[in-house]
Amino acid sequence: MVQPLGYLKESPSQTAGPYVHIGLTPNFVGIHGIYAEDLGVGALVNEKTRGERIVIRGRVIDGSGTPLKDALVEIWQADAAGLYNSPLETRGKADENFSGWGRSPAHFETGEFVFETVKPGRVPFQDGRLMAPHVTLWIVARGINIGLHTRMYFSDEADANAEDPVLARIEHKVRIPTLIGQRDGDAYQFDIHLQGERETVFFDM
Amino acid sequence: MRNTIPEAGPLFVRDRAMQPPAYTPWYKTSVLRAPTRALLSLEGTRSEITGPVFGHNMLHELDNDLIHNYAKPGESAIGPRILVHGRVLDESNRPLPGVLVEFWQANAGGRYRHKKDTYLAAIDPNFGGVGRAITDDDGYYWFKTVQPGPYPWPNGVNDWRPAHIHFSIFGKSFAQRLITQMYFEGDPLIWRCPIVQTIPDKAAIERLVAPLDMNATLPMDMRAYKFDIVLRGRRSTMFENRREGN
Ligand SMILES: [Fe+3]
Repeated sequence: MVQPLGYLKESPSQTAGPYVHIGLTPNFVGIHGIYAEDLGVGALVNEKTRGERIVIRGRVIDGSGTPLKDALVEIWQADAAGLYNSPLETRGKADENFSGWGRSPAHFETGEFVFETVKPGRVPFQDGRLMAPHVTLWIVARGINIGLHTRMYFSDEADANAEDPVLARIEHKVRIPTLIGQRDGDAYQFDIHLQGERETVFFDM
Repeated sequence: MRNTIPEAGPLFVRDRAMQPPAYTPWYKTSVLRAPTRALLSLEGTRSEITGPVFGHNMLHELDNDLIHNYAKPGESAIGPRILVHGRVLDESNRPLPGVLVEFWQANAGGRYRHKKDTYLAAIDPNFGGVGRAITDDDGYYWFKTVQPGPYPWPNGVNDWRPAHIHFSIFGKSFAQRLITQMYFEGDPLIWRCPIVQTIPDKAAIERLVAPLDMNATLPMDMRAYKFDIVLRGRRSTMFENRREGN
């Protein structure tokens, strides 16, 4: 026998279930008076935030083509200078008027999620090469047993996208467009397909 | 000098054998919502290693008291009073301070305060079913609530959820983000539940079953259940500079 290593195992995930909004956005489902406002819902920016204002909009779509109306999406992104507002950010201090994190329930009828944010700057990969601007998304819902991680890149950053070390890892190039939000005015449309021909690339990170 | 490991390394590889797969046809909703292609492996970049933090100052004093946070003044939620407490740790068995833990649940009759929940059990006018806490310096959290009831749900013709509390947990890294459920020791519905059975490993399921904790029970007031949560561990960056330049 040898000494035990003594590591613990990550707690197993369970689906967020049909009532995830009670827990994470109670005001959205009419439970008022416990929290003054729902955490992370609404604009990520205030008037002092630095950077280009953008809107990210999309739906989470199941294998029948139906948008999920009970999903919840969170985003995490760098500020306009490419810095994360996190104690684990070691390269400098991020914009104090930008938390970089947001939460959006899917709309009850359309299933649409919306984030009002800024376009993130570029962040280095482990080897120092710059990644293209991107936003990390995390999706939970009834029927999703473990939260899904993906990224949205930007359609108007074709040059940066072409040299992005993460996009370069995608073996089937035909799938890269599933990670690109399409610019339309100041908004980017980003539908997340759980299955089918356009199934979004999800990450094991 | 403190001999602690610097905290900016990538996370331990997730042990998918202990986690539910996406496609679990006995839990019917998963069938059209399960990605079918392989996930793209990505060793944590800064985008996944970093994550948001939440300050204790965002909390209201009743945020971790579900018995009272939705009740009219002088009233309280109906049901067996319990204290739920535990620690948030990482896989290296280190407590994680400053972690936001959010929880939601049905009332003592098994009914959620949600327009889509049409179960026969009564709504409790004094119970909202939601609360939150942030772990202290020792990774510890606690809240007071009423024990939720089991409830039937449309899946098989006679499927029941065991009594459970939903948990959402933030680590220090966005890649540690986790949603799970806590079950109660001794509930015979646990082993009959299709959602519980999405987890492929029996020992992993048992880590979601909170034991009755008589030592933490408040005599003549409430019983206690202990529920520890483990988030993914983090590799050391102590030797990171060896990799530079390659
Ligand atoms: Fe539930």
